Amino acid sequence: MDLALRSLPFLWGGLLVTLHVSLLVVTFSLAAGVLLGVGIAYGPRWLYWPIRFYSDFFRGVPLLVLIFFVYYGLPAARINLTSFAAAVLALSAFKTAHVIEIVRGAIQSIPRGQTDAGKAIGLTFRQRFQYVVAPQAVRRFLPPWINAVVDTVKGSALVSLVGIVDLMLAIQQVIGRTYVPMPMYVLGALMYFAINYSLSLTSRRLEARFAYIRE
Amino acid sequence: MTYHFNYTYVWRHFDRLTWGLVLSLELAFVSILIGMVIGLGLAVVHTGGGRLTRGAVAAYVEFVRNVPLLLLVYLVFYGVPSVGGFAYDATTSFVATLSIYAGAYMVEVFRAGLDAVPRGLIDAGKAIGLTPWQRLLHVRLPTMLRVVLPSLSNAYISLFKDTSLASVIAVPELTYGAQWIKTNSFRVIEVWAVVTPMYLATGYALLFALRRVERRFATH
Amino acid sequence: MSDPSAPVPVVRIRGLRKSFGANRVLDAIDLDVARGEVVVVIGPSGSGKTTLLRCINLLEPYDDGSVQVDGVEVGFRAGADGTRRRRGERELTGIRADIGMVFQLFNLFPHLTARENVMLGLRKVRGLPEAEARGRADQWLTRVGLSDKLDSYPSQLSGGQQQRVGIARAVAMDPKVLLLDEITSALDPELVGEVLTVVQELARDGMTMVVVTHEMTFARDVGSRIVFMDGGRIQVEGTPRDVLAATTHERLRAFLARIELRHHETR
Repeated sequence: MDLALRSLPFLWGGLLVTLHVSLLVVTFSLAAGVLLGVGIAYGPRWLYWPIRFYSDFFRGVPLLVLIFFVYYGLPAARINLTSFAAAVLALSAFKTAHVIEIVRGAIQSIPRGQTDAGKAIGLTFRQRFQYVVAPQAVRRFLPPWINAVVDTVKGSALVSLVGIVDLMLAIQQVIGRTYVPMPMYVLGALMYFAINYSLSLTSRRLEARFAYIRE
Repeated sequence: MTYHFNYTYVWRHFDRLTWGLVLSLELAFVSILIGMVIGLGLAVVHTGGGRLTRGAVAAYVEFVRNVPLLLLVYLVFYGVPSVGGFAYDATTSFVATLSIYAGAYMVEVFRAGLDAVPRGLIDAGKAIGLTPWQRLLHVRLPTMLRVVLPSLSNAYISLFKDTSLASVIAVPELTYGAQWIKTNSFRVIEVWAVVTPMYLATGYALLFALRRVERRFATH
Repeated sequence: MSDPSAPVPVVRIRGLRKSFGANRVLDAIDLDVARGEVVVVIGPSGSGKTTLLRCINLLEPYDDGSVQVDGVEVGFRAGADGTRRRRGERELTGIRADIGMVFQLFNLFPHLTARENVMLGLRKVRGLPEAEARGRADQWLTRVGLSDKLDSYPSQLSGGQQQRVGIARAVAMDPKVLLLDEITSALDPELVGEVLTVVQELARDGMTMVVVTHEMTFARDVGSRIVFMDGGRIQVEGTPRDVLAATTHERLRAFLARIELRHHETR
């Protein structure tokens, strides 16, 4: 048990990397996902199919396959990124597809009567979006999006397979030195659990709080 | 770009990919079956049980859903044998892990499904004198199964993609086959160019097939 | 029918046609609504009543014919070469602001309080300053009997209360005509009365209205004119007495009999 405690600083370093990767991926995928999600919901016809294809493609391929492809494939295509950048790129591309779907769902689940009512009182398209659609869409978006953040943190564990010393790889490295796997796995699991469970709870609280939107 | 595409190696060892794909489908299938048993059992226990049982089930579900699958795979394959537990081969170990993983999702699916059974049907069952056990067997479960069918299909497709993680403990499924070819030929882009569509196509095929099945059993 | 010295009707519809694909929903509708009139439209489902209403404020574009509100053609603008062109979204906002609509499913904005629901149009479309908009909103909400619910959210209100907010929201904009689309159909029976009372008061105060409803008692008591639609056409038109009590029209009589039967059964 004191073995576990002594390796804590080392795990802590890995945790920071995990958080760093997750934060970057969440930020990129949020920006790109919202942009493309709004684009697919409101955009012209010719925008629909490319975004749809992107979304279906990146959700239909396992994350591991994607990470390997980007990590091994880019050098072969003469594009040289650090392994960190490659991993973040792969994860971000993957997550963006999910965010697109969440945004699309949030916007399209708003009943049509809402825009009718907005039109009926004379609001312009921009005003309808700003005062009627967006406030409701954001409230519908947040709970599932926080779940996507949890998935991102879990998915970040795969970067350990391309040599990035995140929490997962840190655990492996400690085990490599001490040959006592179980306590380390349990400890690591608890650390992931602490982060993700608090996020899940937040998501659930928000969902309950915003239930009034879903009349 | 002066990359010369060369698929020879990939085609020569294509059987690793095809058999790998079959194995992936099998792994997902067995895991979802076991997962459903676990999930259904725990869902029933949860609805009928006291605070302690409900807490235990919730703890299981929360733990599995908030920890990376990769960690669970390692924990079961490397961790469990080391504490004097059972030592199994990689495939069995992975199926055990994926089943536990699936089970946690299935608990939620079945709980929602049981809740979705209309009160009226249960009342009708009571009215004709069925015992609680009979009501469960003849009214609630059949109705619930139809309701959860879409969730089950989505879960299966999801698990199919998760089988790619079996490659890290050298289970010869599709991703492992791809890794093997890549390591031995350095034909990175070619092999992924073949494997990616294989995952996509299988996913779509499963989607269509399962939608057809759903429609056959549609509730309304 | 039209007296040349009479003022321009608030709503003037001529030859209105609308199809959804191959389905002809509105077939050469002619209708006038004078200031202060309450025109009640009745008819079986699918007869085009709601579509007619939605063409007036162009929630639904119409294919052919003319819909004028206070002399302005709603759906089209006169082109330079004598033809007419469909109005764009931007032009419609001004026209729609002068037409009020109350919906069957209320369509209140769930993220805004009752007061904010009413204020939105006043602030953003009418351009009123905050204090004035607030004052008017409160005034109208009090008029419909909701002075104690100003800060409540729609989810905290009953169906009848929500619909009254919907009415306040539409009327606060000071519209030239009010369109009411089956506003009590989605309400529990005991809540219908409070809503119809409000509408009756508005009618008494001179609001011009076009009402689609199944409530025959309301039609008889408040309507100045009843219009029976079936199959996309106006079949019968006249005073409540003529249409509801003394008609000889086959289909209308059958329709009224069905409605009466339903009413008797739910009593």
